Amino acid sequence: MNAALGMMRGEPGKRDRMLITPEGLALPLTVGSRGNRAGALLLDLTFILIGVIVFFALLGAIGIGVLDLDAGTNANPVLELIVVLIILFMFLARYGYFLWFELGPRGATPGKRLLGLRVAARDGGRLTAEMVIARNLVRDIEVFIPLFFLLGGGGEAGVAGLAAFFWLAVFVLFPFFNKDALRAGDLVAGTWVVEAQSAKLKEAMSLAPDRSTDYRFGDEELSVYGEHELQVLEKVLRQDQPEALRDVADAITGKIGWQLGRGDEREFLEAFYAALRGHLESEMRFGKRKRDKHS
Amino acid sequence: MALPFFKSAEIEPPADIEAASLRSDRFRLEREVDWQRLEQIVTALEKGRPKRISDEDLLDLPVLYRKTASSLAVARETSLDAATLSYLEALVRRAWFQIYGPRIGLFGWLHRFFGGGWSTSVREIWLDICISFAVMVAGTAVGWLLVARDQDWFYALVPGEMASGRVPGADPAVLEESLAQTENAEGLSMFAAYLFSNNTGVTIMAFALGFAFGIPTLLLLVYNTALLGAMLWVFADAGLGMDFVGWLSVHGTTELGAIMLGGAAGLHVGRTMAFPGERSILAAMQDAGVRAAQVMAGCTIMLIVAGLLEGYARQLVGDTSSRLAIGGGMLLFWIVYFAFVRRPPEHDV
Repeated sequence: MNAALGMMRGEPGKRDRMLITPEGLALPLTVGSRGNRAGALLLDLTFILIGVIVFFALLGAIGIGVLDLDAGTNANPVLELIVVLIILFMFLARYGYFLWFELGPRGATPGKRLLGLRVAARDGGRLTAEMVIARNLVRDIEVFIPLFFLLGGGGEAGVAGLAAFFWLAVFVLFPFFNKDALRAGDLVAGTWVVEAQSAKLKEAMSLAPDRSTDYRFGDEELSVYGEHELQVLEKVLRQDQPEALRDVADAITGKIGWQLGRGDEREFLEAFYAALRGHLESEMRFGKRKRDKHS
Repeated sequence: MALPFFKSAEIEPPADIEAASLRSDRFRLEREVDWQRLEQIVTALEKGRPKRISDEDLLDLPVLYRKTASSLAVARETSLDAATLSYLEALVRRAWFQIYGPRIGLFGWLHRFFGGGWSTSVREIWLDICISFAVMVAGTAVGWLLVARDQDWFYALVPGEMASGRVPGADPAVLEESLAQTENAEGLSMFAAYLFSNNTGVTIMAFALGFAFGIPTLLLLVYNTALLGAMLWVFADAGLGMDFVGWLSVHGTTELGAIMLGGAAGLHVGRTMAFPGERSILAAMQDAGVRAAQVMAGCTIMLIVAGLLEGYARQLVGDTSSRLAIGGGMLLFWIVYFAFVRRPPEHDV
């Protein structure tokens, strides 16, 4: 595991994990932060609430008020049908919403998707429908029952209420007591929630005109820096901001004892980048890696 | 082959490969067309539009995935281009999610669930069901015996609002009336809905409490069936025992069955937590949890059926023998369903 973590560029953060796919390829994953997950849940609950409100507004628009249902004085068969519909709808809102979206190709509810999260199997294997079902049924105890409990004033029911409160708190606070931020449902289902960003393929760096004849760097000059600095330089070149380019160019020329005319920063940095990367990569091919300037 | 109008953005051919001065960039330029093809396929899959993928692309998907995965492995050892590495990592991760993602949607799952997934899971936790059943029988017996010995126990067991006049020594007429049918279906839907949410609560609690090694589940089952036993005694005492059983059986066979299964599912998880066997506790829990979840999903469906039976059938069918017939019929149906519906072979789904 440590060897795999070492493969990660930069410092492995607290939430970075390595997952070994069935092909034996180590894939870096980032566990979704608890804040993002709570945010995703709130978003989803908001969507459900909006859906419910729209549903009742539609019912109202076709002339069936919620108040008529409460009265329930006449045994109107249409009304009965509507009630059955409402029950089914609420049931779907509670269970179907999460199941439908997490079983979809993105493995994420709209809230999760907006915050760049998705569900995955913890062991690197296939995420099965049963896993998704299991994690969402347990959600009932973690989200809905505590919610109804609080809304229903269950906390005022004396000792039993207090006991129930603590019991529910165990589930609600579960993600705070393990490093993968698993909730009880994840634990039971063997899933976790990870970040799922996509990245665009950026331009290759060494397509710029070859300036290795204008700028010649010796081994001495190239051995000042390591991979970390190279990647910082790459970022600066890709962002292409004049001030940053100048600062970095100054820092490098200062370090290797060169003088540089104004306006040549980008040219110089591109040449230096290509030379440094060529140098580090050829060392790499011989199994020598230089993590940063200190090593 | 899709029409050209519907094709998403064309993949640009790579810039002149020989122009790249770095070997690792040439490596990348030689392969980036494949990567971008994979990316297009994965994007179409993510959007849920697999029909947009041409047959040719679909056939190449496994090859493209493996090529890209191996590109990533090679690039990690030869290239220091951070942007390309993150692109490859993100792409392989997305492709991996798609290739190892859920194979079936909600409807596909429901189909498999009713076609044998549910009954298979139920059969798999037979031991827990036996325990759950034994505990429920014991609970009923305890409730009966306690109240039979000392009627004050009834008031300790049954909350006041639930008893609503159905107390020991009550007038048999009052008791008989509480079992009677209602003349019409007025307000029964609301009643059914209320019962459903109430019963779901009990069942899900029985399951959820399983996490504490199953002990709270047992207590909950004993308490709820003790209530039943106490109530049964009250009616039997007034000579209405059979009528009460009929009244209860209409929905009770389904509802008590659901509570039994819910409890058994909870016990299954709790038992696995306590005795994970030779596997790690997490692996064992996952196995048990997935199985228990199937059973629980089924319980909710049983409770919907029970709610409908309780709300409609019980109040509309009056005489005890018809009620017993409905209840017995439901019981038979569930037993046959759980015992004989087999999971279809994997390739069918």
